[in-house]
Amino acid sequence: MYGRKKLVIEPAWCKGCGICAAFCPKQVLEIRKEKVVLRDEEQCISCGLCELRCPDYAIYLVNEEE
Amino acid sequence: MPSDLVHLYMRIDHLPQIWCPGCGNGVIMRDVAVAIDELIHDEDNPIKREDIVIVSGIGCSSRAAGYLDFNSIHTTHGRAIAFATGIKMANPRLHVIVLTGDGDCSAIGGNHLIHAARRNLGLTVICFNNDIYGMTGGQYSPTTPNGDKATTAPYGNVDRPFDIAQLASGAGASFSARGDIYHARETIEIIKQAILHKGFSLVDVYSICPTYYGRKNKKGDAVEMLKWQRDNLVPTARYYSMSEEDRKNKKLVGILSFNDYPEYTEEYAKIVAACRKTKKG
Ligand SMILES: Cc1ncc(C[n+]2csc(CCOP(=O)(O)OP(=O)(O)O)c2C)c(N)n1
Ligand code: SF4
Ligand code: SF4
Ligand code: SF4
Ligand SMILES: [Mg+2]
Repeated sequence: MYGRKKLVIEPAWCKGCGICAAFCPKQVLEIRKEKVVLRDEEQCISCGLCELRCPDYAIYLVNEEE
Repeated sequence: MPSDLVHLYMRIDHLPQIWCPGCGNGVIMRDVAVAIDELIHDEDNPIKREDIVIVSGIGCSSRAAGYLDFNSIHTTHGRAIAFATGIKMANPRLHVIVLTGDGDCSAIGGNHLIHAARRNLGLTVICFNNDIYGMTGGQYSPTTPNGDKATTAPYGNVDRPFDIAQLASGAGASFSARGDIYHARETIEIIKQAILHKGFSLVDVYSICPTYYGRKNKKGDAVEMLKWQRDNLVPTARYYSMSEEDRKNKKLVGILSFNDYPEYTEEYAKIVAACRKTKKG
């Protein structure tokens, strides 16, 4: 098993399309002022589905130690 | 700071890309990068980065050749497969991957598509199929569904659409598949298999153009268009476990046809070798 990963958001690249937030299985993302924000870091399960479908590479996971 | 994947395989000084919010192109471009990355790191499939060539035509989708950091060439509208044919014939060892739009590959470039498929030339064609000409403002393409609206079909499209995967297969392609944006993980696996396949491989990836196709046809925003994909496109394993009744109105995404027809550059090399032998003898 791999360790927990940390979610990184790059607001400058986010176009606010809402895809990541709509399909997040834990519903921890939301769009505020046309940018995505992580509402509750504790609830994120590091599934990577947001990264998989973000057309703009503005949200992704990194290994915790980085 | 973008992700490692983006750093490794994209020209980050050209990013963020100029595609509209929610455009499917970015997802397919990432699928291609992940597929290549996974193949490069798979010990069983020794594919080298320097052997990969990305070729595109013209269209919103074709801009991907400019963003991806490989040996790449952004060519003219409809002619990506023609350029790719030259590259593959000159150096058959290369993995030549064509990134093209539904208009680029099935309207102006339709003849190149069917003949490359007929020859079973070892290219991999990834069609970013958004059912419209995105770049030029939403004209209908050969994949726009019958009855749908476009700038050039304000009262509804009279034409019947091509199914590009079936078209390629009918023309002789030895690998033909469909993918989509919502099922990105499955689509990455299909793209990997298409790249590994020796003969002509085509993956028709159902994309979304919220700006033109979506707006003109009242399909909602990018999220609504992806929900439609989730509810109507079904990956292979699930598709075949469904009853015939449940399959009605659903579309299979996955590999449609697969065979081992002889590959063109290999057959060509045989002729060259045979001619050399007769000359010497
Ligand atoms: C020879 C030629 N004819 C027409 C055009 C205008 N043109 C540019 S892109 C395009 C269609 C693009 O549609 P598609 O291939 O589906 O790509 P998309 O923009 O939807 O990704 C057309 C007709 C051109 N650039 N060159
Ligand atoms: S990694 Fe998964 S759970 Fe975490 S924000 Fe992204 S989609 Fe949601
Ligand atoms: S999918 Fe990407 S671009 Fe769209 S809102 Fe989420 S982070 Fe922003
Ligand atoms: S016009 Fe359509 S295909 Fe072109 S970038 Fe915008 S959403 Fe994408
Ligand atoms: Mg198109």
